Amino acid sequence: MADSTAPPVAPPSTVGDLALEVRSKNAGPFWVTMELFMRDADGYRIVADEAFLNERVIADLYRVDAGTIQVFRIPSLNVVKISFPRPVSQGSLRDRDMHAGQHHVPLAVLRVPATTPGVSRG
Amino acid sequence: MDNTPVDSVRIMTPVGMLGAGWDEATIERGLALGVDVITVDGGSTDSGPYYLGSATAKTTAKAVARDLRSLLRAAARAAAPLIIGSCGTSGTDSGVDWVAGMVTEIMAEDGLDLKVARIYSEQNPADLKEHLDAGRIHPLPPLGGIRAETLESCTHIVGMMGHEPIVEALAAGAQVVLAGRATDTAVAAAYPLMKGMSAGPSWHAAKIVECGGQCTVNPRAGGVHTTIDAGGFTIEPLDPGNACTPYTVAAHMLYETVNPFEMREPAGTLDVRAATYGAVDDRTVRVEGSRFHTADQHTVKLEGARVTGYETMSFTAVRDPLILADIESWADLLRAHLRRWVSQTLGLADDEYAFDLRLYGHNAVLDDLEFDTSPPREVGVMLLVNAPDQATATAVAKLANPLMLHLPTPEMHYLPSLAFASSPAEVERGPAYEFVLNHVVDSITPTGMFRIEHGDNNHHG
Repeated sequence: MADSTAPPVAPPSTVGDLALEVRSKNAGPFWVTMELFMRDADGYRIVADEAFLNERVIADLYRVDAGTIQVFRIPSLNVVKISFPRPVSQGSLRDRDMHAGQHHVPLAVLRVPATTPGVSRG
Repeated sequence: MDNTPVDSVRIMTPVGMLGAGWDEATIERGLALGVDVITVDGGSTDSGPYYLGSATAKTTAKAVARDLRSLLRAAARAAAPLIIGSCGTSGTDSGVDWVAGMVTEIMAEDGLDLKVARIYSEQNPADLKEHLDAGRIHPLPPLGGIRAETLESCTHIVGMMGHEPIVEALAAGAQVVLAGRATDTAVAAAYPLMKGMSAGPSWHAAKIVECGGQCTVNPRAGGVHTTIDAGGFTIEPLDPGNACTPYTVAAHMLYETVNPFEMREPAGTLDVRAATYGAVDDRTVRVEGSRFHTADQHTVKLEGARVTGYETMSFTAVRDPLILADIESWADLLRAHLRRWVSQTLGLADDEYAFDLRLYGHNAVLDDLEFDTSPPREVGVMLLVNAPDQATATAVAKLANPLMLHLPTPEMHYLPSLAFASSPAEVERGPAYEFVLNHVVDSITPTGMFRIEHGDNNHHG
């Protein structure tokens, strides 16, 4: 599909670049859940790769206990879903995101590995 | 209500939340497709603990009344029961009465005479203490066990009903069921289960329709129509221009759930691991293979909220680049000054009140997770104070007022004047609440914790 006259396409740099949508939301008052809806199977392979995205990475990104994080990989939807206990109690004095709807951003800006085998960039 | 088994059950769900509204043409479309039951959710915990703690609704009365009128008329025309769950946002007893009062009024105005049942789900701490003492209350992660004092500290506690109390109300002849707190899914699963549909398709369909059009390609185009039969369920949007696709329907299992493959209900667990999603045409989806595993122990989940204190908010804004260049240091300085002034003036120790200073435009939303270090163009400074009483919270906010107006950076040899958003600057927010329960009761019977009353008059009348 590449047009020879088109400028070269910049390689995707973040998880969000490869996704249709990255979102976060409360799953009840005590949990937060996030989903990476990837554009295609290639993007899914990158984020589903345990060497790239795993409980440890999420724990560092959100400063939560890795042992409480649940990761679900759903190839039929090209989705990776991540759930963990809400670090700040919903509605408490220090809760700045009542619906936890803006906490996907640190995940969305995660840089994908520079050279990823199997990713078509045509 | 006749509970003779049938071959299929058709459900119309006009929207994800009563009071959110819809295009009346979508209801006409649903009625033309044929409707055996109309279901809609009236609540959620998603907007925070205030609505349960204070037993007030998030939605405004006129919007709820508009939606009720449309659905009561549709239910009468289709001779189909109308089931509304989690009335009044949090499903407290007053929330049920609030909706019941509107139903009475609308039926009188429109000459309708439908039989109404109200199901109350508020829980008495004394009854719950008996369950606690008997070892029948268990925490769900991430919370731990509770003590009796926690139950007593709640302003309101509700139990989340499953389908059973709703079925009981329908079986007794109710045409309109106004339920207190119910699982989002029980509202739509009750009628098909009563009519003998399999549990797997009934619960799975109920989960998919609970947010109305959220499972379609255009969630803002109205609700959905689903038909449950022996082998599965078929779903399409009410708006002919909208579409369900296998992707949008399957993806809805992810929405606001911790686990996308299974979901615990009071009576057991929905399991969609083996479910298949196929396109019937370009806007209709067929789902098969959903399973439901009945639990050995029926459980009822509790929700409770209590007052954490009283809050006062104040809001100013900074545009001066000299302050914005190091807004963190300026905010630290403000915090330190405020703590000292509160100690000197009000005699309060740091643990006798609390405040949160948020720098909107800088890092308010993500706080210490914020990764962008570029200087902001302008910053909204919100001070939120929590204290044991309103007067103290406001006193702290008023002590902060001169700082939020004139605090210079250490480099400034003059007093800047910052941009307050309103006069007075302080806004008293009243009591603040927190959720404290995430526990289940091993229920002795599926209906025992809920009270069903027939008739549309308020339950104490």
